[in-house]
Amino acid sequence: MGLFDRHAGLLEAYRDVRTTGADPFQIRMERVLSPTEAVINGRKTLLVGTNNYFGLTFDPSCMEAAIEAIRAEGTGTTGSRIANGSYSEHVFLEEEIAAFYGKKHCMVFTTGYQANLGVISTLVGQGDHLLIDADSHASIYDACKMTQAEVVRFKHNDPSSLESRLRRLGDKPGNKLVILEGIYSMLGDSAPLKEFVEVCKKYGAYVLVDEAHSLGALGETGRGLCESTGVLDDCHFIVGTFSKTLGAIGGYCVSNDPDFDILRVTVRSYMFTASLPPSIVASVRQALRVVKARPELRKQLWDNVATLYDGLAAQGFKLGPEHGPVVGVHLPDRMLAIGFWRAMLDAGIYVNVAVPPATPNGVSLLRCSVCAAHTPEQLQHMVEVMTGIGRQLGVISGAPKLRVVAGSR
Amino acid sequence: MPDPGTGEPLLRTAHQLIVENDDIANTLELPRLTTRLDVIREICHHLAPYQAGERPIIGATVIAKDLTIDSLAIMDMVMELEDRFDVSIPMNVVAEIHTVDQLADTILDLRAKR
Repeated sequence: MGLFDRHAGLLEAYRDVRTTGADPFQIRMERVLSPTEAVINGRKTLLVGTNNYFGLTFDPSCMEAAIEAIRAEGTGTTGSRIANGSYSEHVFLEEEIAAFYGKKHCMVFTTGYQANLGVISTLVGQGDHLLIDADSHASIYDACKMTQAEVVRFKHNDPSSLESRLRRLGDKPGNKLVILEGIYSMLGDSAPLKEFVEVCKKYGAYVLVDEAHSLGALGETGRGLCESTGVLDDCHFIVGTFSKTLGAIGGYCVSNDPDFDILRVTVRSYMFTASLPPSIVASVRQALRVVKARPELRKQLWDNVATLYDGLAAQGFKLGPEHGPVVGVHLPDRMLAIGFWRAMLDAGIYVNVAVPPATPNGVSLLRCSVCAAHTPEQLQHMVEVMTGIGRQLGVISGAPKLRVVAGSR
Repeated sequence: MPDPGTGEPLLRTAHQLIVENDDIANTLELPRLTTRLDVIREICHHLAPYQAGERPIIGATVIAKDLTIDSLAIMDMVMELEDRFDVSIPMNVVAEIHTVDQLADTILDLRAKR
């Protein structure tokens, strides 16, 4: 048996995908023009699938900070924090993120994936209990494979499902850690965090919330779902990323636990990889200042979300359950999703296509992510294009929906 | 309905009694032991949509191989079974389960330990 034989099924599925004439998993941006436009296949394309929620990748102050840092400190650190030392800027960034959340401690990681992977797999061990939402991100599932703790899934966004699993643990010894996400990356829905936190308190479970997609987007000052639901003090660990709203790459975890810093010499994804380069640290520090100084970006983002979500809903598209910076458009099956995606690319609009097994409940989705820098015109144009394609493909009905105002008995 | 494991006809057990007391009627739920048959039947109910061709689902059916179910759907089915039988099956235990029989035994073992 060859090394790749075990992937035969996947190879076949992948071949199917490519029969549409374009490979959604190998898109090349020939030139990135702005947070909302790039050249793909030689043509200017509207980007609605980049997680660039505030459009800060091209913020002049963030770019300048990065360039300045390269001139001052070079292109990379060439080593890990533990073995090769921290730069002052790493420590400053950690202090600033901790202060942003009003927490005592912060650890910065080289990616958000590594933050989840390392923190979750290290916080719990043999004899402990890890409870995760069924729709958790891959980084959380991978952490589950690395821990000796017993892992149990509960139904997505269902506090009663979590409660029954905590109840069943009874008086079994061991710590309990519950993993939630601020905004789920496929359908853009938020956890009922207040209710979850109440259940966790009742059963003495620790709470870790991943705010990857909600940093900046939710909360009065952009701290995420923990802030918008008023449970910041009840969340023992908050994880997040620099690669979405903050426009760079990297991850973090904040906590008030007095012994938190021991993670610096136990979390392997922190210890055994090179630390973030100076340019990234500098742009992230500046992006965090922008998030604090320009709350209007959050308003622009949600105005844009409303334009896209309500526009698509009015045309009869089946969407995720609520407004969110991620708008997931349900399509009946994998091939239709890929065909729809391809037609949109041909029409000059780039979104993401998400198909099983990467999606919850085996759904096929066009995954759109909205940016504060999108203009209303760009998004209205997108709704028009999607409506046209949707009608051609029979996903939505041809004529505008008729409302029945009176019926015969 | 025949037992999907053995093909033998199932014995029905009355677990609901209607007690009439003049003008009041109460339904009494009698505590009943969950039998292996109950568990197998519930598992087969969840797996039926994934049956490959005419091959019946039996105790020896290898869930991930003999059926058209993917790994995510298996985990979702386990979540349903957990609630139905009021047990939690850790993911590392699920990973070691291959057949319908093994899944049923795991559920019964966990119930016995409650």
